[in-house]
Amino acid sequence: MPESRLAATLRNSTALRSMLRYSAISLTALAVFAAILLLAGKNPLKAYVDTFSYTLANAYGFSELLVRMTPLLLTAVAVALPSRLGLINVGGEGQLYMGAWLASAGALLFPGAPRWALLPLVAVMGFLGGALFAALPGVLRAAKLVNETIATLLLNYIAPLIVSYSIFGPWRDPGSSAYPQSPVFPEAALLTSFFNTRIHAGLFLALAVLGAYWLLLEKTHWGVEMRAIGGNAEAAQRLGIPVAAWIVVALAIGGGIAGLAGMGEVMGVHGRLRQGLSPGYGFTGFLIAWLAGGRPLGILFMAFLFAIITSAGDTLQITQGLPYAVVNILLAVILFIVLARRPMRGASK
Amino acid sequence: MTTPLVLGVLAGAVLSGTSLLYATLGETIVERSGIVNLGLEGLLLIGASVGFSVTAATGNAWLGLAAAALAGGLANALFGWLVVTRMANQLASGLAMMFFGFGVSALVGAPYIGSVIVGLPKWRPAWLASLPWVESTTLFNYDLLTWVAIPAATFVWWALFRTRWGLGVRAVGESPAAAFAAGRNPAALQYQALCSGGVLAGVAGAHLSLSLTLTWAEYMTAGRGFIAIALVIFSKWHPLRAIVGALLFGGTEALQLQLQARGSEISPFLLEMAPYLLTLVVLLAWGGSRRLAAPASLGRTFYGSD
Repeated sequence: MPESRLAATLRNSTALRSMLRYSAISLTALAVFAAILLLAGKNPLKAYVDTFSYTLANAYGFSELLVRMTPLLLTAVAVALPSRLGLINVGGEGQLYMGAWLASAGALLFPGAPRWALLPLVAVMGFLGGALFAALPGVLRAAKLVNETIATLLLNYIAPLIVSYSIFGPWRDPGSSAYPQSPVFPEAALLTSFFNTRIHAGLFLALAVLGAYWLLLEKTHWGVEMRAIGGNAEAAQRLGIPVAAWIVVALAIGGGIAGLAGMGEVMGVHGRLRQGLSPGYGFTGFLIAWLAGGRPLGILFMAFLFAIITSAGDTLQITQGLPYAVVNILLAVILFIVLARRPMRGASK
Repeated sequence: MTTPLVLGVLAGAVLSGTSLLYATLGETIVERSGIVNLGLEGLLLIGASVGFSVTAATGNAWLGLAAAALAGGLANALFGWLVVTRMANQLASGLAMMFFGFGVSALVGAPYIGSVIVGLPKWRPAWLASLPWVESTTLFNYDLLTWVAIPAATFVWWALFRTRWGLGVRAVGESPAAAFAAGRNPAALQYQALCSGGVLAGVAGAHLSLSLTLTWAEYMTAGRGFIAIALVIFSKWHPLRAIVGALLFGGTEALQLQLQARGSEISPFLLEMAPYLLTLVVLLAWGGSRRLAAPASLGRTFYGSD
């Protein structure tokens, strides 16, 4: 019997198939996480219903999802871009903090600057903060001295200390003595927000970065060179591709993009520099990029999905009295399922 | 004034080096079998939270320690199911374990935040306490885990290098196909290495919450798992050299705490960076040149011999 047209369309539409696959994985993970919550004496059904009604059932909740999705899109591209070369950037969290830090420095150093100058300045400085912080492991890796995975992981612990040092010390707002934070940034440095919500210009910046990433991969010879290095670095080197330079540049650009996420958080959401400005966006971005296989559309879809999932962390905190970090179990279970069902051939290095 | 500082650093180095040593020993066994577990940080958190919660609930720190060891072993068995049975990518699986540890420890520890516990008992032999300088410090006032840390490292060395089991584990780490051809079961040996490594990681985590801090706080291991992974490289995958590494890093942490306690002018946040910076420097100085000392099949998945 010939295959029906619908079945053929389904089989051939990779986008649709991967959507179905993602959904199946998510549902399984939700079931496993529900079992764990039950074991902990909590009500998973209520947690899921609450999460749904806080995020998708009304306009404000939906706008908050987009606010949350903004840094996730950027930290995911920050991982996906270097991963084209086979580089594993697990330092998005630290790079985000350094972007926020240097962007804050820009806003605090030039409080009187006009908006047309200050806004581009803080954006560039946010990018530079993350880029320089990621260039260090890039150089170490390019010189074959230190593996970039462990170096970027370690740097995640240093960046928040630099932020804490600054807001407890030189940048401390004398007006808020109880809570260490920087003074409010000048209006001219803040990203415009839209529709009377907390959605800020960073969302459009993130979408533009994702588009640029797609263009880079599909429409430029750089994308081809990156794929060549990722496939076989030695052969690429012999073809005359400057592999070492590519490693540093790709990690630095990735770090810079994570830095933009940090800039967006301080200039678009908080309006000042404070501790704990990211509940692990850098790590979540890594998961998004990895699960999406670095594909731009996949990143868009997964970033939205993970914005919902991490919102569940807030719900657990508010309605069930559980720490936000518990949502990491859900993230881990998703990874476990993907890892267990898709064994990857070849060396993992 | 300088002598008490040195003694204070020494005493602290041994205390905070203890958990680093157990963690490094555990990862050494695992890596000798050819597997990298980047999720060590998560295992330490599980050990610390389970140890603390069970101690707070039962009032018995030894029960807490046993539960932490068991939890560490079970968590690494789960990791083994991914990387050995399902042949999943080791780096990604390790990071998944890290997330798992972040979440599970937060869930387990949450009801006991702020609980007061009696930790592992500490004692100091009288003849050591009567030494000059020692009396006024915490030097030699240690719990059982610290007292047996160096014997434990020696035992791991003996198990890896002087037993048939250790020979098998190391053979699998060098070449699973050759070990298989010699009649050994690579998967079984890797599971055994993972479970013993997990037990040691659980103990390492429990030492933090049951002896060092006597509290539970989310993310309290603060990157010690990653430092221990770097220490495995520093010690060339050798259990006895790990003692030196653990003392060096314990010393950095102790020095930093002593300077803070003595009202140093330097910001505590800058001092807290020291262990991470030192780890990078150590990797920089030794990482490249020591690659030859690594087990030949480290990080590679064994798909069976054909």
